[in-house]
Amino acid sequence: MSTLMSPGLRRRAGPMEPLPYLVTGTHRETYDTVTLVLEPDGAALHSCEPGQFTMLYAFGVGEIPISVSGDPFDQDRLVHTVRDVGAVSHAIAAARIGETLGVRGPFGRGWLADGRPEGDVVLVAGGLGLAPLRPVLYGLVTHRRRFGRVSVVVGARTPADLLYTREYEAWRACGIDVSVTVDRADAGWTGRVGLVTGPLADAKIDGEWTTAFLCGPEAMMRAAAEMLTARRVPAKRIVLSLERSMKCGIGVCGHCQLGPDLICRDGPCVSYDHAGPLLDVKEF
Amino acid sequence: MTAVPVTLRRGAREAPTGPQGSMMPVAALAELVDELRRRGYRVIAPVARDGALVLDEIRAADELPYGIGVEAGPGQYRLVERDDRMLFANSVGPMPWKRFLRPPREKILDADRTLGGGFTVAMADAGDEPPLAFLGVRPCDLRALAILDTVFETAGSGSGYAVRRSRAFIVAVECTDPADTCFCAGVQTEPGRACGPGVDPPRTNVPGTSEYDLALTEVVGGHGGHRFLVRSGSCRGADVLKGIAHVAADERTAGLARQSVERAAASMRRSLPLVDLRSLMAASVDAKHWNDVAERCVACGNCTLVCPTCFCTTTEDTTDLTGDHAERWDSWDSCFDLDFSYVHGGEVRSSVQSRYRQWLTHKFGTWHDQFGSAGCVGCGRCIAWCPAGIDLTEELRALQDEWRLEANSE
Repeated sequence: MSTLMSPGLRRRAGPMEPLPYLVTGTHRETYDTVTLVLEPDGAALHSCEPGQFTMLYAFGVGEIPISVSGDPFDQDRLVHTVRDVGAVSHAIAAARIGETLGVRGPFGRGWLADGRPEGDVVLVAGGLGLAPLRPVLYGLVTHRRRFGRVSVVVGARTPADLLYTREYEAWRACGIDVSVTVDRADAGWTGRVGLVTGPLADAKIDGEWTTAFLCGPEAMMRAAAEMLTARRVPAKRIVLSLERSMKCGIGVCGHCQLGPDLICRDGPCVSYDHAGPLLDVKEF
Repeated sequence: MTAVPVTLRRGAREAPTGPQGSMMPVAALAELVDELRRRGYRVIAPVARDGALVLDEIRAADELPYGIGVEAGPGQYRLVERDDRMLFANSVGPMPWKRFLRPPREKILDADRTLGGGFTVAMADAGDEPPLAFLGVRPCDLRALAILDTVFETAGSGSGYAVRRSRAFIVAVECTDPADTCFCAGVQTEPGRACGPGVDPPRTNVPGTSEYDLALTEVVGGHGGHRFLVRSGSCRGADVLKGIAHVAADERTAGLARQSVERAAASMRRSLPLVDLRSLMAASVDAKHWNDVAERCVACGNCTLVCPTCFCTTTEDTTDLTGDHAERWDSWDSCFDLDFSYVHGGEVRSSVQSRYRQWLTHKFGTWHDQFGSAGCVGCGRCIAWCPAGIDLTEELRALQDEWRLEANSE
């Protein structure tokens, strides 16, 4: 067990030690997705970069990697958007205000690890993929005038699966093009239907001056990256956030390997010039 | 066995050592085990059990496998009696030393509900366990420990591995009778390289070498009977040696030790193809040969369990019946397991082809990218303990042939 400490002296937590965080806010995004606001109940994590993730622990149930989805300028609170799809994500998504979750991290390379974007910015999100991109959006909104054209293409399976819809107007209001498409419309839907490559093809893109951030199903990201490459966006400025099985977050459990990369350590954000050839290999 | 009367007395001389190191009679091994146990170490060594040399705690030197040899081949392993009572004239058994540094199941933390509805976490501390002394670590396995040191670096100095490793006392043993499955000569861990006579004690920052506290080379024949050439590789090793009967090594013993180690290195029949394996792995991503392997591989994962460098683990969280006490346990996992690559929506590597490719290309290719070296030490365990007798040196050769054909046809 832990060694005894003198009172008042706090031991520095190692990377494997979950720190208790209190749920101080919850927001239901969709029928199966919830955003949680967490605040430290004692020691806090180091600050999180957009695109990084933490390991979220539901007491006794298990631990899963979840990207940060909150405002990067507010480091006092940790914000995560969780979709209820398995036993652990169910327990986390069901957490109510006042409950405690464990948090380790932050882990991985974020969106900006290879440098901050300049010129035009394109974000392409599929489904829950908008969550890891939202911290980037906070930054783009705050520093809107530093960038050229900013386009956000959002795709989801149905209108009911769209995340953060309440924020689209605010993004648009500060000069961000937001286009939305769904795979299947419902009765009230008047917007686009089809893959994200539809609106992406229509987006005004000035190739060489563009940085693109992509997050969603792998097939979607590859299709979008191909389209952007064809429109002369340099592959090294197309950044993808990859998903693999992860147990540890620090590259010692071996689960998240993609060829030379340990996605928890060398990702999850990886540029397309590097990731493209790896994703081309079947079952890599 | 009962200990042979020792002719030299403990403390008779102040750590006699010569340019060739020291030597001690085989009976002094009993003193070594006693001395290590007296210092609080749990001594782990090879013992003959269940038809194999397995690693387990010993309480006295007479539990060691005197006069037992090993015959191994693809999918084969058996113990044979030797008439010379040599102890280490055999090769590695199925168990790698990682078993003790990173146990198959290891508690990571306890968590307890508090009255307020929160919980407290107490990390498991391997410092509470008795320190380990490994007796009989072969050069290939020394290298494996050095590789694991690199792998577990990010887990920090408080991890179970790091705590156990930093406290472990290592008694290396040179190889004189490699098995038919050994191929360490091709991966620079051959006998004599890490701790052979005439070789300086290794420095830790040099690839291919790893720290040991004491290194033994077993010698029979000549005058002087069954004995060991001993070298200390650390102050701790020299200190332990002080408590054991030994004398400065004579020229003859050092010469015999050198010869037997050189003969062992030269006798190795299995080898890796002479090609840049990292390039071969990169070129073989789409090789047809993976289909051929998959027809024989049963994806049992034996190779990953016996491999001294395979490090993958999975994590399990549990609660007791009250629901107020939770624990987290890590356990060994295998990339041959279908579940290993599961993400929401399915497994990334569903075919056996892709799983064998993952294992082999990791060992000889992408391990370099991740940890700065290859992940294979040439111990041959995976060849002997594969139920289908798959021999990775042969698979590498087949991949090389396919690569050549491919290159020629272009």
